[in-house]
Parts: sequence; structure tokens; C-alpha cells
Amino acid sequence: MAELNTGEGGGKKGSGKVRSKKSNAKVDLTAMVDLAFLLITFFMLTTSLSKPQSMDLGLPDKDDKDEPQKDVKVDQRRTMTIIMGDNDKIKWFHGLLESPEPNGKPTDAVYGRNGLRKEILKRVVSVPQVTGNKDKGLIVIIKPSKKSTYRNLVDVLDEMAICKVPTYAIVNDITPDEMKLVDEMNK
Amino acid sequence: MGKVKMSKKSTSIDMTAMCDVAFLLLTFFILTATAKVPEPLPVDTPSSTVQTKLPETGLVTITVGKSEGKEQVFFGMKDRAIRSGALEYMSSKYKVDFTDKEKTEFELMDEFGVPVEGLKQLLAMKGSDRAKKGVQPGMPCDSINNQLQDWIQGARKANIENGGTKELQFAIKGDAKEEYPQIKRVMDILQDQKINSFNLVTGLRGKDY
Repeated sequence: MAELNTGEGGGKKGSGKVRSKKSNAKVDLTAMVDLAFLLITFFMLTTSLSKPQSMDLGLPDKDDKDEPQKDVKVDQRRTMTIIMGDNDKIKWFHGLLESPEPNGKPTDAVYGRNGLRKEILKRVVSVPQVTGNKDKGLIVIIKPSKKSTYRNLVDVLDEMAICKVPTYAIVNDITPDEMKLVDEMNK
Repeated sequence: MGKVKMSKKSTSIDMTAMCDVAFLLLTFFILTATAKVPEPLPVDTPSSTVQTKLPETGLVTITVGKSEGKEQVFFGMKDRAIRSGALEYMSSKYKVDFTDKEKTEFELMDEFGVPVEGLKQLLAMKGSDRAKKGVQPGMPCDSINNQLQDWIQGARKANIENGGTKELQFAIKGDAKEEYPQIKRVMDILQDQKINSFNLVTGLRGKDY
């Protein structure tokens, strides 16, 4: 027990009646326990949080140059293209650039729940209805321009994960027409 | 009247047992906590809502960041066996010999960013000096001198030689402000070796994003 008994009173000393103080040295452990629990909490929280998070990314096999390129035709109603510019700017269009789908003209957007997410979510729902096949959902084509940052890329990929977009791809070649859009956006 | 004597109860509780338990737990957490190793190239990772944890073993981290206005790439391997195997591969490929002392020193190093020619000097330094700014210039990874590619190859070879049943995993840890072509370059190097699936290291983002 946490009681330190420091001898009882010392008894009688000589003739003079000197009463020594009865000091009951009971150590107060409250502060010590407080500190211990504080440290426990700290270590508990830091151990579980220190593991870094990660995001899986699978890229398609790189084509060998000798192989003839086979273009896969995709229904234009299913594709939504997102182009990232500099300074966190972003533009998207639905369908082909020359002939966009209804309400799918190239539009500026912002990252986050009130910008890009609304548009993607809308299309995640609407595209299977248009194609009439559950398996033919939205395809998002992500085109990061040279000036876009890594944060932009992760933000868009995150958006894909949040919206549960069935198919998405990072495409690196930007057509001249799309380049015009990028220049317009970067102005 | 009979006086009812109220027994004087002490308000203080005996905390000894509680204290014992608290310190036992504290000791446990201190011992199990992994100490954070100082990073030679600190990067600010972008955040995401995806919560996949990185594996503890069988992982190679490629850090892409900017230091003193220069793009730098650092390379790190988690397993000691893979580290020594990769060093073996590099030393035979680039004709740089390492002493046994340097080899053991290398096995203890988590992340580094020097060309293999400068690795000797780096290993001679004290651990605390290595993380200093300007000591490590970054791993050469351009088309003329692509040592990053060789390190990746060495690490994969070492993984197979060690009888690793699992494929070595690769993680890219990029700075949020890094421009996309820099990240793309590292991805291309990985893809050149048919590594098409890798992890992007991200921080945690709040649910209301």
C-alpha cells in the first residue's frame, strides 16, 4: 500500500515531553494516475494513426510499340472527361467534345462536394438509365495536364472512390482541341 | 437519548492498483509504438478518404518531392533482407564495392537519395547528419542515368531470391504540390517494368469533404 509509515512518534525522549508530529505520509496518487492515463491515451492514439493511408491505383498494361494499336469503341454517352489545369482549375464535359451530350458542354468546376462530385454523382445514376444496361455505367476519363499537381490527381481519384464510378482511366494524351480548353482555362 | 455515532469514512480511495494498471498499459504502449524515423525528404502528402493501410513488410517506397527548388526522388525499402540483396545487385552492376561494415550500415538505413557512387560517403556519415538538408541530392532517374530503375529491379530480384511468396509492393509518396509530370515519370519507370499496380500514399481526410 502507498503508505509510508515513518516511525510512530519517536516515543519518549528524555525527560522533556517533546511531542513529535505524527506524520502520516500517505502519498496522493491522483496526479500520477492522471499523468499515466494521459500518456496511455497519447500512445494509443498515435500508434493507430501513424500508419500511413494509401490509395490503390491500377494502371493498364503499357502497350508495346510494335503491336498494332486497337482502338476500343466506347459509347460516347457513357464517357465523361475531366481535364485538370493549373491552379486547381478543372473542366469537364460529357460525351464528345465536338458534340457533347445534353447538359454536358465543357464546364468549369471546383473540387469537392459541391462542385465536381454533384456532376459525377448525377451521371453515375443517369448513364445506366440512358444505356439501359446496368453493367454499362459511367466511364470517367481523367486527363491531367502538364501544369496540374499531384494533389489534383489524388483529389479526382478520391472523387472516383467516393462516387463509386465503375470505370475510370488516367489518359495522358490530350488532343489539340482539348489543349485549347486547357489554355482557355489556364488564362 | 442514545447517540448514534456516525462512522467517519475516509474519502480518499486507494489508488495503488489503478496506478499499477495504468503504468502497465503505458509500458505496453511505449514498447509497441514504432518510433518515427526522421525522413530525409519530408513531403506533404495529399489527403484522401480512402482508408487502405500500407503493408508493413514487402514494401518499397518511392518519395517524390522538392527540396531547395530541385525535384528529388528518394528510395526506401522496408525489409532488411531486400535492402542487402538490392545493394548486392547495385554493387555488381555499377562496380562499386562495399565493405561488410558498410553493408550492415546500409541495412539499417530506411530511405536514401544518392547515386550509388555517393553511397559510400553517405554510409560513412552519422545517422543524424544524413537527414540534413543538401546532403542527399536525390536518386538519378532520367533517361541517361536511370538508377531508380536499377534499384527497383534489384529489390524485386532480392525479393524473389529470399523466397518471397508475395509480389513486392510499390508505394509512391508524392508531395501534394508536385506537378503531375514528375509523378508520371516515376509511374512510367514502374510501368516499364510491368508494375501496373501500386499505392499512392495519402493522408487522412475528414468525412465531410
